[in-house]
Amino acid sequence: MSETILKVKNLNVGLEKEEIIKDLSFEVKERDVLIILGPNGAGKTTLLRALLGLIPYEGEVVWKSKNISYLPPQELVQRKYLPPMTIEEFFKFKNVGEEKIFKIFKEVGLDLLLLKRSFGALSTGQFQRMIIAWALVDEPDVLLFDEVTYGIDAGAEETIYSLLHRIWKQRNLTVLLITHDLNVVYEHANNVLCLNKEKMCYGEPFEILTPENLEKVYGTGIKFYKHTHK
Amino acid sequence: MEIILALIMGSFIGAAAGYLGTLMLSKRMSLVAGPLGHLTLPGIALAFLFGFDVSLGAFVIVTLGIALIWWLEIKTKLPMEALTAIVFAVGVAVTFLFLPEEKTIPALIGDVSQISPIVVTISVLLSLLVIFAINRIYKKIILAEISEDIAKSEGVNIKKYNFIYLLCIAIIVSLGAKVVGGGLMTAALVAIPACTSKNLSKNIFQYSLGGG
Repeated sequence: MSETILKVKNLNVGLEKEEIIKDLSFEVKERDVLIILGPNGAGKTTLLRALLGLIPYEGEVVWKSKNISYLPPQELVQRKYLPPMTIEEFFKFKNVGEEKIFKIFKEVGLDLLLLKRSFGALSTGQFQRMIIAWALVDEPDVLLFDEVTYGIDAGAEETIYSLLHRIWKQRNLTVLLITHDLNVVYEHANNVLCLNKEKMCYGEPFEILTPENLEKVYGTGIKFYKHTHK
Repeated sequence: MEIILALIMGSFIGAAAGYLGTLMLSKRMSLVAGPLGHLTLPGIALAFLFGFDVSLGAFVIVTLGIALIWWLEIKTKLPMEALTAIVFAVGVAVTFLFLPEEKTIPALIGDVSQISPIVVTISVLLSLLVIFAINRIYKKIILAEISEDIAKSEGVNIKKYNFIYLLCIAIIVSLGAKVVGGGLMTAALVAIPACTSKNLSKNIFQYSLGGG
């Protein structure tokens, strides 16, 4: 039986006098893939930022591990106006040896020649893999991903999720992921947290993602095809 | 003799300013060095009036100005360059209320005839200190430029490093006021080496080295 790696109790977050997250409690077990669903403005990104202690909050957030990697949405990662920095130099920011960098590059399917490429010269797909590699290079126990496939096409998106799934299996990771894609939820998540400023539903996707719950979360009727396989 | 001292002093200040300039260019703050350079003017004017060292006067006023900008940025969330413009305008306006007319030119472009060996020694040591400090915070500041959230989640204390960075600017701008004055600081020592280096470099090592 897996142990609890994250315990959140009565979490409240307010930004500029507006209540963003209200009285949220949930737990995440080791090796879980928890997907956080919710409409825009539901507090998903705020939740991840609060869990990392990047913003002030009230309530209790207890991590069993301190080895956590976080990737914000790609549109919040600056790629222009930076110094002429190579990917290799970017990885050296983490003070890790070359062997580890080579290993993780192979693991995420990136050519080692890209290490000499400029930070701003990668394609969107390459950049996304590179940033995942960067998050993984110091072997975290927990990964927090915020809309990891934002801005990339459907084919590349599927590849990125398959890659994350493979890495999750190989490395016994716990993953907390924000996505809007319900197919990803069914294929990859153990648990889903439906959020709209407060907890609307929590549990295994096949049990809780009912049309009624989705309507409660998104505030409108959502038609969806329910997979019959897990 | 003054010329040799000025060259030694200028070389060290120039190296530190150029190195710092590569960071300022990455933070899109090259232009900010200009107003900050002009912010030395009230300090220079006070030094002329009361007969103490120009760099000391410049340092006190620039540090106060930078602390005010840093505090206002946290409180108001306005961009640093906009706040710099406000503080700069106030500083320059106040200067010309009491700066003697015959001292205007030395205040704007510096005066190498006023450099003594002790001033050179202090300037060299402070320049080396700035180079050391910038070297320690360089990667962290660049990481925060890529993503503040990633940097914070990696344990980077952005407020602390920004303060060190601004303090380094204050030191270099104040030291430079003696050699090249408040007005010439930007183009002469901060922006041109960094811009040249960015166009010639292929990686961050070459870039930072080229700037210095």
